[in-house]
Amino acid sequence: MMIYDLHGPDHAPGPPLEPLPGPHGPDRRVLISPPTPNRQTPDRQTPDRPTPTARSPGPDFGRCPAFFLYLRLVRYGFRRHATYWGAAAAGALTNTVFGVLRAYVLIALWESRPGLGGYDVGDAVTFCFLTQAFIGPMQLFGGGLELPRRIRSGDIALDLVRPAPLQMWTLSEDLGRAAYLFLARGLPPTLAGALLFGIEPPAEAAAFLVCLVLAVVVSFGWRYLIALAACWVLDDRGLNVMSMVLTTFFSGMMLPLVIFPGWLGSLARSLPWAAMVQVPADVYLGRIGDRTGGLAGALAFQCLWAAVLLGLGAALTAAARRKVVIQGG
Amino acid sequence: MVRTYALLVWTWTRAAAQYPLSFALMTVGGFVVSGLDIAVIWVIFANTSSLGGFGLTEVMFLYGSAGLAFAIADLLFSNVDRISEHIRAGTLDAMLIRPVSPFVQVAADRFMPHRIGRVAQAAVVLGIALPRLDVPAGRAWMIPVMVVCGIVIFTSVWALGGAVQFLLTDAPEVANAFTYGGGMLTQYPLSVYGDHIVRGVTFILPLAFVNWQPGLYVLGRDDPLGLPHWVRFLSPAAAVALALVAALAWRAGIRRYRSTGS
Amino acid sequence: MIEAAALGRAFKVRGRVVHAVRDLSFRIEAGEFVGCLGPNGAGKSTTIKMLTGILSPTSGRVTVAGLDPTRRRTALARRIGVVFGQRTTLWWDLPLRDSFELIRLLYKVDRKPFRERLDELTTLLDMAGFLTTPVRQLSLGQRMRGDLAAALLHDPAVLVLDEPTIGLDIVSKAGVRDFLRRRNAEYGTTVLLTTHDLGDVERLCRRVLLIDHGRLAFDGTVGELLATVPGETSIEDVVAHLYRNGASPTGEPR
Repeated sequence: MMIYDLHGPDHAPGPPLEPLPGPHGPDRRVLISPPTPNRQTPDRQTPDRPTPTARSPGPDFGRCPAFFLYLRLVRYGFRRHATYWGAAAAGALTNTVFGVLRAYVLIALWESRPGLGGYDVGDAVTFCFLTQAFIGPMQLFGGGLELPRRIRSGDIALDLVRPAPLQMWTLSEDLGRAAYLFLARGLPPTLAGALLFGIEPPAEAAAFLVCLVLAVVVSFGWRYLIALAACWVLDDRGLNVMSMVLTTFFSGMMLPLVIFPGWLGSLARSLPWAAMVQVPADVYLGRIGDRTGGLAGALAFQCLWAAVLLGLGAALTAAARRKVVIQGG
Repeated sequence: MVRTYALLVWTWTRAAAQYPLSFALMTVGGFVVSGLDIAVIWVIFANTSSLGGFGLTEVMFLYGSAGLAFAIADLLFSNVDRISEHIRAGTLDAMLIRPVSPFVQVAADRFMPHRIGRVAQAAVVLGIALPRLDVPAGRAWMIPVMVVCGIVIFTSVWALGGAVQFLLTDAPEVANAFTYGGGMLTQYPLSVYGDHIVRGVTFILPLAFVNWQPGLYVLGRDDPLGLPHWVRFLSPAAAVALALVAALAWRAGIRRYRSTGS
Repeated sequence: MIEAAALGRAFKVRGRVVHAVRDLSFRIEAGEFVGCLGPNGAGKSTTIKMLTGILSPTSGRVTVAGLDPTRRRTALARRIGVVFGQRTTLWWDLPLRDSFELIRLLYKVDRKPFRERLDELTTLLDMAGFLTTPVRQLSLGQRMRGDLAAALLHDPAVLVLDEPTIGLDIVSKAGVRDFLRRRNAEYGTTVLLTTHDLGDVERLCRRVLLIDHGRLAFDGTVGELLATVPGETSIEDVVAHLYRNGASPTGEPR
C-alpha cells in the first residue's frame, strides 16, 4: 500500500537561490531545498484500501512500517536533489577551486612549521580537500532544509500534525540529500586533490563511513534547531549568519582545529561543530590516537553530540507544536 | 548611465532603510563573516611568523587592499551574477523594455546596502596594517590606485561570470568559482601558490594586478617570480583590458539572449 | 505605427529548426485598437517580443513608432509601454509607489509631468488605497492596475499588452477594459493586445489579427471575423471553429 505518494508526477521546481552571507561574500547563493510536492497530512490507509493515486504497491508497512517509510524518504531526498545536478556540479567546481587555494596556504604554513598539530604536509593537504568535500553533505554554510520556508508560509502546521514525527521525517530526507551531495560534491574535490597534490588514502575506510554518517546527523541536528527557531524569531537571517560563522570556523573547515592555539583549540575541539568536520577528517587520516581516546572515543564524541542536538530538537519540535497547533501560530 | 545607476541604488537604499533593525543586523553580520578570514590569518600567524615569505602586517596589508576592492565591487556590481535568475524568472524581458542598459539595471536591482559591512571590515584591516608598515610617501600613492584598479578588475570578473551565465543558465554557480575564488586568492601573498597559478593570474585572468604586483611596489619587495620592475605599474592597463573583454562578453551574452530568446 | 513585413522567427530546438512565426505582415495605424488572437503556442508572445525589441527576428522587417526594435531598443523603449499579464514588470519587494519612482528614473521623466500623470492614473485606476503596499502583497487585479500605470508613466504612443486580463475577476477585468478604451479614445494611444478572452475582443478591439501556427490567419474587423464561418453567431464559436479547423481567411485582408 501507499501511504505517501512520494513519486508524484510533478517534480519539485528548481531550487530557489536564497542569498545568505558566506565567508567569501555575504551573499553567496546557498542551495535551499525546494518545496516538497504532496506534503499533505497523510491519510492513514489500511493495506487493503490502496489510495487511488498509488502507482506502486510499495513495501509492506504492516511488518515494519516506520523503517520502510524512512528508507523511502531517504531515497526521495536523494532523488529530489539529484534533479539539480547542474547546481551540484557547479558547487563541486567551486569547492575544488577553493580546495586548491586553501591547500597552497596550508602547504606554506606546514613548510614553515613541519609537523604542526601532529600533521605532516600530506595530512594537511588531505584535510583541506576532505573539508571541501564535506561542505555539500554536511551543508556547512547552513540551510539544506525546507523548514524555514514552510514556517514562513504556515505549512509547518500541516507537518506538525502528521503522525510521523517531523524531526525523523526531516532527518531521513536530509540523509538522502547528504548521500547525493556526497557523490556529487564530495567525490570531485577529493579526486581533484588526489590528482593535483596526491592525498592520503583513508586509514580505516569502514570506520570513516560510519563517522561520516554520524557527522551528517550532528550537522542535521544543529541545522534543524536553527531552522525551527524561525518559529520564534521574525527575521531568521541573523540567526543563519551566526550559525554559519560558528559552523565554518569551529568545525575545522577553514583551518584544522589542531592548530588553534591554547584554550581556543581545546574549546573548539569539544564543541559539536568539531564532530562535523574535524573528527571525520581525523578518523580518515588515522590521527585520532591520543587526543580523543581512539576511534571509539571519536565515535562516542559524535554520538554524544548527535544525541544532545536531536534531544534538543525533539523538545523544540514539541514546543513548536504547542505554539503553532494549539496557539494557532 | 552613472546617474541612473546612482539614483536606482539610492531608491533601493531608501527602501532598505525602512527596516533599520534588519539592515543593522545584516551589516554587522557581513562584518563578522568577513572577519572570519582575518581570524584564520590570525590563527595561522599564531603558529608561524611568516607565510610565503611575508609577515603578519604585510599579509594584512595585502588582505585589506584586495578585500577593500573586492567588497566595494561586491557592494556595487556583484548583483550582475543574478542574471540567470532574471533569465529564468523572465525579469530580463522586463529590463529589455526599459530605455537603460540591462547591465545597469541588473547591477542596481535589489541593491543591498548592508554589504557595506564587508567594506568596513576590509577598511579596518587596511587601517590597522598601514601605520605599522611605514610606507614611504613616495610609494604610498600606489595604494588608492591599486584599490581603484582592483574594483575595476573584480567588477569585470563579475561581469564575465554574468556573461557565462547566458550560456549556463542552469548552473550559474559556476561563476562563483571565479568571483569568490578570485576574492579568496588575493587574500594571501601569491608567493604561497604554485607558479602555474601565479602565471595564470598574471597573464590570463589578471588578478595579480589587484594587490600583488602593486603591493610588491608599496612594500618594496622583490617579485619571487622575477618579473621586471615595470610590471608593478601595469595595474591600470590590466584593469582596462579586462574591463574591455568583460564588456564585450556581456554584450555578446545580451545579443545571444535577444537572438535565441533563452 | 506598427509595421511588420514578412516577419519571421525560427528557433533551434534540439537541432531541429522550428518556425515560431513566419511570413507575418500587417500594418497598424496610429490610434488603432487591435486584438491579437491565437491558440496557445501560435506565436503571439514571440511576435510581441519582436515588436518590443526583446527578441530579434530571423527574417523580415518590423518597425514600431518608426524605429527598428532590434537596433534602436532603448529609443523605442521611450515610445512604447509594455505589459505582461503573466508576470509583473514591477519590483516584488518594493511598495508600488517606489516601483513607480524607479520607473521615473529609468525613463528620466521629469518630476512635474510624472506627478501629474501619476495622480491622474491613480484616480483612473483607483490605486490610492494600495500605493504604499509592497507589490507582492497586492491582489492580481491591483497588481495589473499597477502594471498598467507603470507602462504609461512615460506617456508612450504605443501600448503593447500581452494577455492583460488573464486571471482577473469580472470587476477588475471590466475596470481594465474601461481604462484601456478611454486611454485609446482620449489620448489616441495605439493599443495592441493579445488575449484568450473574447470579451476583450468584442468590447475593445475594432480590428482582430488571428495568428495560427506562426502565420497570420485572419486580419479584419470583428464583424468580418464573424462572417468567416456562416451559421455561427457567437464570436466564441467562430474562433473555436477557426482554431480547430485551421483558419481559412475569407475576410478582407488588409
